[in-house]
Amino acid sequence: MLDALPAAVNSRPQLVHRGRFLTVDFRLTVGAVAHDIHIHQGRITDLRIDGGLLRPWRFQIAAAREVWERFWEPMPAPGYHDIFALTKSGHAVLEGDLLPFMSNLRYFKEMIALPRDTTLFSKEGSGG
Amino acid sequence: MSAQLEPIVGRYLRTTWQGRPVRLYFEEAGGGIPLVCLHTAGCDTSQFRHLMTDPAITDRFRVLAFDLPWRGKSPPPVGWQDEEYALTTDSYTEIIRTFCAALELDKPVVMGCSMGGRITLNLAARHGAEFRALIGLEAADHQTPWYDTEWLNRPDVHGGEVCAGLISGLVAPQSPDEARWETLWQYLQSGPGVFKGDLHFYRADSDYRDRTGLIDTAVCPLYLLTGEYDFSCTVEDTTRTGAAIPGAKVTIMRELGHFPMSENPAKFREYILPVLNEIAAAGADG
Repeated sequence: MLDALPAAVNSRPQLVHRGRFLTVDFRLTVGAVAHDIHIHQGRITDLRIDGGLLRPWRFQIAAAREVWERFWEPMPAPGYHDIFALTKSGHAVLEGDLLPFMSNLRYFKEMIALPRDTTLFSKEGSGG
Repeated sequence: MSAQLEPIVGRYLRTTWQGRPVRLYFEEAGGGIPLVCLHTAGCDTSQFRHLMTDPAITDRFRVLAFDLPWRGKSPPPVGWQDEEYALTTDSYTEIIRTFCAALELDKPVVMGCSMGGRITLNLAARHGAEFRALIGLEAADHQTPWYDTEWLNRPDVHGGEVCAGLISGLVAPQSPDEARWETLWQYLQSGPGVFKGDLHFYRADSDYRDRTGLIDTAVCPLYLLTGEYDFSCTVEDTTRTGAAIPGAKVTIMRELGHFPMSENPAKFREYILPVLNEIAAAGADG
């Protein structure tokens, strides 16, 4: 379902504007599926969903598929509603060089919450 | 055309704190039983503005809230530019008791949220006889940290943005946008190192597992209310704390997070009014 992420981000002028100083490679891992995402000045310009072929990333956010599914429910349950709730409980791992993440927190939080909008993201499709 | 004025009035109290002169800004509204409200770490009195404009509360309670030095309209003490701010149990307790004594509040109720909730446990354990009741919102004797506070004050990360970004998920998803974003705006304004300095108290100098056994709720009733979406002070943290204090009354608040009074005032009202009613009724009986 995350193959819809670039269009969802890039069609939001406020989100792109918020990330205008951000250029970074990061990895969003859903279960065993790595999503390598390249952001250039706030826009997602590349998304690879192919298992992570020895690509570099500054930081990675990883959780089990069932955890992301609960996180992406339109009204998530307590403990599944925020990335830091997940990392505190051990349901998700945030690792690597966290500086680009921490200095663009609102941008990344809004990005990874986008799949809660079921009009943009189907529960079917590649990548989980 | 008449001006639409809220009933909240602000003034400055000149006092001393840790031996140094300070100017404390406080707001108040209403009349009756004094109800002193303590804001969360990295924030200020504006979190309590909804309580101060609710006649169901202000008809019976004189609601007061002060900005701790270093935020809102309370400046830091002279000389601040060459020191690193770090709140402690002693300094926090001192300023609350100083405020109540200076304003000659007769056995006030103190209600604090987050670190303000934590300190109510110390007030209960050490100074319970001075208070009519204590209310800890999002309060526990101890909590597990979930991030390194070094992120809060460094030149390569915007302090206000990172403070608000960290705590944004502590607001429940059901909270209305207007209140959510006002709550976050208060954190976006955070001065450099202020949230971090408050968290020195919260993280390093307030493990109260050693003193909850001293709390006598017959001397001073204790209420603990925690939102189910608060993953900082969790439902389990508050439940454990309450279970160790005979007579403490624990309420878990549905569809609320770490900032109940500001993130969803209408929902919080459903939970806090019965508590305040009980306190007012006890006063009438006594």
